[in-house]
Amino acid sequence: MLEFEDIQHFLLARTPALAARYEFLTFRKPASGRAWLSGLVDKVGTGKSVGSTSPDSRWVTLAFTWNGLQALGLDEASLATFPEEFRQGMAARAEIVGATGANHPDYWSGELASPALHAIAILFARDVSERERCKEEHSQYLSQIDGVEVLSDLDLEAAYPGEPREHFGYRDRLTHPVIEGTGEESQPGSLPPFKAGEFFLGYPDESGLQPQLPQPETLSRNGSYLAYLRLQEHVGAFRDFLREHGQTREEQELVAAKLMGRWRSGAPLVLAPQKDDPALGVDMQRTNDFDYGKMDPYGYGCPVGSHIRRMNPRDTGESMNRHQMIRRGGTYGPVLPEGAPEDGVERGIAAFIGCASLVRQFEFAMNVWANDPHFKDLGNERDPFVGTQDGTFDMTIPKRPVRKRIKGLPAFTTIRGGAYFFLPGIRGLRFLATGGAATGVRLKKVS
Amino acid sequence: MATHVFPKEPQKPKAVERQKEADWTKPQAMAIPKEGYFKAERGRYGPIFPRTPACYGFSVIGKVKPGREQAMRDYGKSVEEAVKADPFVLGPLKLHYLRWILFDVGSGLHFMYQGIFDTDFDKYVEDAIGLFNQTGITTVFTNLEGWPEDWRTNVPAVIKFFREHQCPSFLEYGEYPYVSADEVRKALRLKDAFSEMLDQMQ
Repeated sequence: MLEFEDIQHFLLARTPALAARYEFLTFRKPASGRAWLSGLVDKVGTGKSVGSTSPDSRWVTLAFTWNGLQALGLDEASLATFPEEFRQGMAARAEIVGATGANHPDYWSGELASPALHAIAILFARDVSERERCKEEHSQYLSQIDGVEVLSDLDLEAAYPGEPREHFGYRDRLTHPVIEGTGEESQPGSLPPFKAGEFFLGYPDESGLQPQLPQPETLSRNGSYLAYLRLQEHVGAFRDFLREHGQTREEQELVAAKLMGRWRSGAPLVLAPQKDDPALGVDMQRTNDFDYGKMDPYGYGCPVGSHIRRMNPRDTGESMNRHQMIRRGGTYGPVLPEGAPEDGVERGIAAFIGCASLVRQFEFAMNVWANDPHFKDLGNERDPFVGTQDGTFDMTIPKRPVRKRIKGLPAFTTIRGGAYFFLPGIRGLRFLATGGAATGVRLKKVS
Repeated sequence: MATHVFPKEPQKPKAVERQKEADWTKPQAMAIPKEGYFKAERGRYGPIFPRTPACYGFSVIGKVKPGREQAMRDYGKSVEEAVKADPFVLGPLKLHYLRWILFDVGSGLHFMYQGIFDTDFDKYVEDAIGLFNQTGITTVFTNLEGWPEDWRTNVPAVIKFFREHQCPSFLEYGEYPYVSADEVRKALRLKDAFSEMLDQMQ
């Protein structure tokens, strides 16, 4: 039985938020961090109190880096029980996840590569004015606490408030894993609900067993790991590319579809290989009702190297039940109007990938699915959007009689920041806020 | 009078300089540095070992716990049965060959597990361990000293064991270098199809 009242709402439900703010924090002293946390724990939504039809106006989520757990005073023995990749942090594992070249942490903004990054406060708000109100409220709260500072922040707004589209124009949020025990049913064509342990610590996962918990259990049970990525989207370069490879609007839309695996409307190429079908794209009963091995083995509909096929190989992937991830996040930066030249203003998506094992789920997806140039026997290709592109990789579009091979794909995105966070349950938050006193487990005394 | 356009002479294909790796016609050998790699490149669990003319592989060596020799030999039959029951059960591992060897050259009984396959060990290692567990292949390792007690739930500990007990080659040779098992099967399937076609045309 999932302990909904203890699991933070963040990975369990999407809220009706159209605006958000991420504040990246540092704690100068453990006591400061605990004081800050104590005043916020009651504001954090849980799986029980927050659903997709929540009547609230704002939703708060709190998560910590390994350095942050240390900065709050967690003892060395407990710190050592957290997984290796979380202890190292994303910046230290940059080459593993493809953050190389222009994506390297040396070029990240917001001090995300700094060891001083301790925590993130994620605010989701119903609208921009509520976000601004909360921002002011938090700022005042921080001014009363000595020793907690904002390293950097990011404001987000839905680029297209009527529907979830990102800056390239693709419809998003069409696929998500369903968790056993939440009562939700899988979409037609998708795998059955996954064991909770694939996303939350303290439950059996798809191996049938319960993995070891980091210590103490009070801190780790009902927690999850979050991989954060701030991905700048070069909209001008993307539109130039479409124009270069398509003479007419229809041809350009097809090129865009071949890169993604879905038309920008969301319609999957496997089901709509030649012509877009917007109604299909947003029909949740049909938009995932396809596979690759039986329906499109050679990629004539959906190229093998396209984004959605790499990020979810479906029936052509191995142990797919062990490589699922929950995505949250949104768009930031102003929309670049159609026809307007690139204005140099940063825009993109800032997203979280939630799972129970960063190395097995998130890092596997980035290292193997996104960045392996020989994925599925491809020759020299990386994911067009999430793979690290430097102008030397190709994209093959199977076609009869002869395939089309685009050589030298430009980089449509740049990683501008990333980090690994631990998202504790409510008991875990209280444990950290009280230095362990809430559970009678004493943390070491630190000045 | 109708003019007749003669077709041009068909263009002779330019001699294409084959990349060293793509030329399966000539056997190749590759000497490898002591660490097992030329360039230090980090995978998720440790250094990446390069692809050689003998594709990818490992040679894992461990000391056998006292009294476990017969258990290990008996397990040979159980894997044989598992593969008979489902010949493609190990397909996702993209294997060419596996060898299980017991030897004692004066330091007590040791076991070597040698594999040659087409995917880098680091990339699909969790899936591989999942398959090993399913098919019972992992069981042989429980007879080795140093094998983690919590191997069922602690995949990183299992991966650490394999890496720590891996002995990289210092030289590898491939008769048909870099050719994957999939390519071998494709070529054989085509050969069968051509034979069938010729038979049909009699």
